Amino acid sequence: MTAYRGATAAGVFTNTVFGFLLVYVLLAVYRERDEVGGFDVVDAVTFTFVAQALIMVVGLFGDSEMAERIRTGDVVADLFRPVDLQLWWAAVAYGKAGFYALFRGIPPFLIGVAVFEVRMPPAGAWPWFVASVLAAVAVAFGWRFLLALSAFWLLDDRGASSLGLLVAVFMSGLFVPVVFFPGWLESLARALPFASMLQVPVEVFLGKHRGADVHRVVAVQCAWALVLAGAGRSVLSRAVRRVVVHGG
Amino acid sequence: MADPDRTGSHGWRGELGVYRRLVGARIRSDWQYRASFVLLLVSQVLVAGLDLAVIAVLFGRVDALAGWTALEVALLYGLGGVAFAVADVFASQAELAGRHIKAGTFDRFLLRPLSPLLQLSAGEFALRRAGRVVQPGVVLAVALAGTDIDWTPDRVAMVPVALASGTVVFGTVWVLTSSVAFWTVETQEFGNAFTYGGNHLTQYPIDVLGPWLRRLVTFVVPLAFVAYFPAAYLLDKPDPLGAPSEAALLTPAVSLALALAARAVWSNAVRHYRSTGS
Repeated sequence: MTAYRGATAAGVFTNTVFGFLLVYVLLAVYRERDEVGGFDVVDAVTFTFVAQALIMVVGLFGDSEMAERIRTGDVVADLFRPVDLQLWWAAVAYGKAGFYALFRGIPPFLIGVAVFEVRMPPAGAWPWFVASVLAAVAVAFGWRFLLALSAFWLLDDRGASSLGLLVAVFMSGLFVPVVFFPGWLESLARALPFASMLQVPVEVFLGKHRGADVHRVVAVQCAWALVLAGAGRSVLSRAVRRVVVHGG
Repeated sequence: MADPDRTGSHGWRGELGVYRRLVGARIRSDWQYRASFVLLLVSQVLVAGLDLAVIAVLFGRVDALAGWTALEVALLYGLGGVAFAVADVFASQAELAGRHIKAGTFDRFLLRPLSPLLQLSAGEFALRRAGRVVQPGVVLAVALAGTDIDWTPDRVAMVPVALASGTVVFGTVWVLTSSVAFWTVETQEFGNAFTYGGNHLTQYPIDVLGPWLRRLVTFVVPLAFVAYFPAAYLLDKPDPLGAPSEAALLTPAVSLALALAARAVWSNAVRHYRSTGS
């Protein structure tokens, strides 16, 4: 992946531009009031840049590679391999997460820090932030995996994937933090796995969860990761029994 | 070869005829997969709804953003959204030039007697993108009806002029950012910052932007002319930095200048093309 330097630079540029646009809109909100849902203006600015840094790490915009192999039938070759399909793609997700954290995450965040006032995590929060991001990668992967498996039934996952990712992008707080939502929508985002994909790790970064509270939110993330992984496993085993390969 | 127009390959009227036939073929081909077509059409409508949901969430917390009410921001959203969606239908195909350059298949565009840009636009035409016009169109209608606009003839004329000019501006942004592919090959994400980022930007009053970014979208990448200046003109809103409201009247000229620039850059880029040789 390090081979595509131009693409990486372009991606950093894009994340930075979107970060700036979103921050300016939020700053206009904070000209009208001092806090929203417990977030002050520095929280909101920090949230936006950390969220932009995490998009690619957790893979919120999806990964077409896996779905494409199902659509094209290449998945049959993968099923012959002496490794587990789900673990294989999970490993790919973590590998990409590591690369993206370094090259797509840190640069736009640093540019944001250079221009705006940003809050860094309290000393003890760093390890929990890392743990929370690692869990978020698994939650988002579990969701993407289920969406991709829909291709076994629909033959074309693109409709389902784009709808499913759309919901995840909005409900995870990427464009506007979940704490800005009306109460019922915030509760919904937190009751479903979506808050665990982005909102929760950024809240941990901001030091919004301390002590036993941080243990609880990361435990909830891990629980969602396991639930989605279990669902993915059972759907996969059903899918491979009805696999149809389109010859050509 | 006596009458160049009748050969169908010379003159803009001939080119347009070929273009229309290619687009028709493409629509008929997409229509063969009806379920997928409908599902993707629905998802296009919802994608456009995402930005509207963000605006709705923000206005759940405040009554005005930089002095613009929810309905006034909806007017910006509608003007920018319709222009963007129409440009998406006709011009976004330019960004696929990068893929053809990478695969070495751009050669064949140069061999055919039709401009490469028209070939791309027709060959990759996707009617489902038209689904994106519906939702901002409805929002625009609601905003036009709901905001307090003094409907003088010049303001009535401003609406179609702004939509047409805005479409040209977004279309040229697509062509300009795609031209970069002839030099760097990789452009998709770089282009997204300007196209999707540009669409996002037109949804808010540019007063929310910092001063340098404001100048950038007025003078360098003139996105402020897509929705902000026309909407300020319709609503008779004074510009906080003192730009005259007549700035909106420059909109068609700005889009024309941009179109000429994009044409020059694109043809220069195509001349620069070197096949991958693979």
